[in-house]
Amino acid sequence: MAYVAVRGGQQAIKEAEKLLHYYRLKDGEQPITINQIRTQMRLAVDKAMSEGSLYDPDLAALALKQAEGDAIEASFLLRAFRSTLPRQAYTDAIDTSKMEIVRRISATFKEVPGGQYLGPTRDYTKRLLRMELMEETEAEAKATISEFLENLNLNAEEVESGQVPTFPRVINLLKEEGLIHVPTQGERNTDGSVDDITRDALSFPTSRAVRLQAMTRGETGALLAFAYSSVRGYGDVHPTIGELRVGYVPVYMPHPIYPEETIALGRILVTEAEIVVRQQDENVSGAAQFAVGYGLCFGHNEDKAISMGILDQTMVAENPASPAQDEEFVLYHIDGIESSGFISHFKLPHYVDFQAELQRVRSINRKEENEV
Amino acid sequence: MSMYNYGFLDENTKRELRRKTLKAVAIPGYQVPFGSREMPVARGWGTGGLQVTLSLIGLGDVLKVIDQGSDDSVNACNLRDLISETSEVDTTTDTLEATVIQTRHRIPEEKMTDEQILVFQVPTPEILRTVEPSEQESRRMHAERDYSRLWVHLYEDIVEWKEIRISYDYPVLVNGHYICDPSPIPRFDVPKLHQAETLFLFGAGREKRIYAIPPHTDVIPLQFEDYPFNVESYESGCEKCGSTHTYLEESFDSNTGERYLYCSDTSYCGKQQLKGQHQPVEIGVGWNG
Repeated sequence: MAYVAVRGGQQAIKEAEKLLHYYRLKDGEQPITINQIRTQMRLAVDKAMSEGSLYDPDLAALALKQAEGDAIEASFLLRAFRSTLPRQAYTDAIDTSKMEIVRRISATFKEVPGGQYLGPTRDYTKRLLRMELMEETEAEAKATISEFLENLNLNAEEVESGQVPTFPRVINLLKEEGLIHVPTQGERNTDGSVDDITRDALSFPTSRAVRLQAMTRGETGALLAFAYSSVRGYGDVHPTIGELRVGYVPVYMPHPIYPEETIALGRILVTEAEIVVRQQDENVSGAAQFAVGYGLCFGHNEDKAISMGILDQTMVAENPASPAQDEEFVLYHIDGIESSGFISHFKLPHYVDFQAELQRVRSINRKEENEV
Repeated sequence: MSMYNYGFLDENTKRELRRKTLKAVAIPGYQVPFGSREMPVARGWGTGGLQVTLSLIGLGDVLKVIDQGSDDSVNACNLRDLISETSEVDTTTDTLEATVIQTRHRIPEEKMTDEQILVFQVPTPEILRTVEPSEQESRRMHAERDYSRLWVHLYEDIVEWKEIRISYDYPVLVNGHYICDPSPIPRFDVPKLHQAETLFLFGAGREKRIYAIPPHTDVIPLQFEDYPFNVESYESGCEKCGSTHTYLEESFDSNTGERYLYCSDTSYCGKQQLKGQHQPVEIGVGWNG
């Protein structure tokens, strides 16, 4: 293979890359381990998996290490790896009613069947910097763990029975009363297939499947901003969190040979939000009803799942009057890999384009001067 | 790179890209949506051109990659590395030697032949985006050849500024049907697209579109009878090679701060300099013959 000798550019990018590797380690500290990142930066790992659209905590931790903690860069690394994997099969739809709950709350009713479980939440902590963590030792960490486990007040009866409590969906209480509008149009195409945004470019109007797929791999901050805009002033949704769940669900795929069998692939941590809003869809007539906006993403990321649930319901407007109602506006601008890529591309040379701009501006000015 | 497939993309993806490319060639100027893959370079950094190039390059091809006319530009180096490492092809800076040239924002100064393909990296493929932000509506406008708002936009420029202000991304009518964006090449390069011998392919990765201008196709920049299309021109030539018929960039001397004009096509400029020193060098003809 013959290589052309190019002058400064080739050398410059090689040296810049070396410098980058040096910067990651230059202070001579013990290299951070993938295990440490995966277990102690779990929310960063979850976000990278969700936005990178690849459920692999180890690779997500690696991506975060390589990206020195930059969330979008880490998700980009995962996405670029993911896109090299051939598409072998689709899994069955996950059943979140079978979820092993880590956290489960509802804002619609005080008491719900199955009960509310706060789980590990920061919602009611005082956001004070815990200075003692500055010097946290391994011994202290172990003490925290054993103290917590010793004082764990488990319900002996439940533990003995081995029964995992089940959590019927809160939304079903309203559904039974006929207060929830159930869309007649399914998310599957008539031939049973489901649209796949990784195989086909978006085309508008989109199917709901496409909207949900685009949002679940969207950038958390972008979803948050759009959802916030719709509830703060540019829109008219009044969302209530019907149910928010965080937990593990099993994933199955159809057996490639025996159609009646499925293969269990493992389990994944997901956050699911069902957002109750007043029916917004102009095409639906009849009795006053609620509609449910749906949010689901990899990992523990409540802001994202809730924002997704809200936007699922803002984008049903036939004549969008605000940005969050306009599916093109939302879906084209929530992908972190696309938006950061395009914004960063302005760092590339634009000598040719700018020269063309200079020529045009000077030409216009010459004409103006000649007029005077 | 052995853990990756030949040409980086998996074979199913390449097949899809080739099918979409064929469709694009069959409908000159029409933007064909495709399932653009995430690449190991950032969106907006040439992922569309890269996917098109990787889908058509093979052993025996000779690759040239330029960015803003320069083979040595850092992103061109990076893309050239990626393509040549994964496709095991030879690379060149000489326009005449290349079989596939991937470019960002320029068409080389030497005329290309029917044995060569030029692949453009396209940031925003939709020429109507200036007048219509919605993709759904833009597609309707193309389908109905409803280009009135674009024409009005050009007309308003003339009323307000006495000329069309568009400097790059200049709208062209392809094969008398679709108006399309020739990518952000300067006006200077637009006439090269008309009735050329070369296949021009356009890849927009982030926007997930492929389009084409096949050889021997009419490509007419939008203009008015009394305000004909014109291109960039210069009062002097290239400071390095003396050329007065090339696209030049202004640059400042890093020591003296003086302003100079240099050829943007660095390969061509280098050849002209060799010629000036009476060294043996083969220089192709210009696009005008």
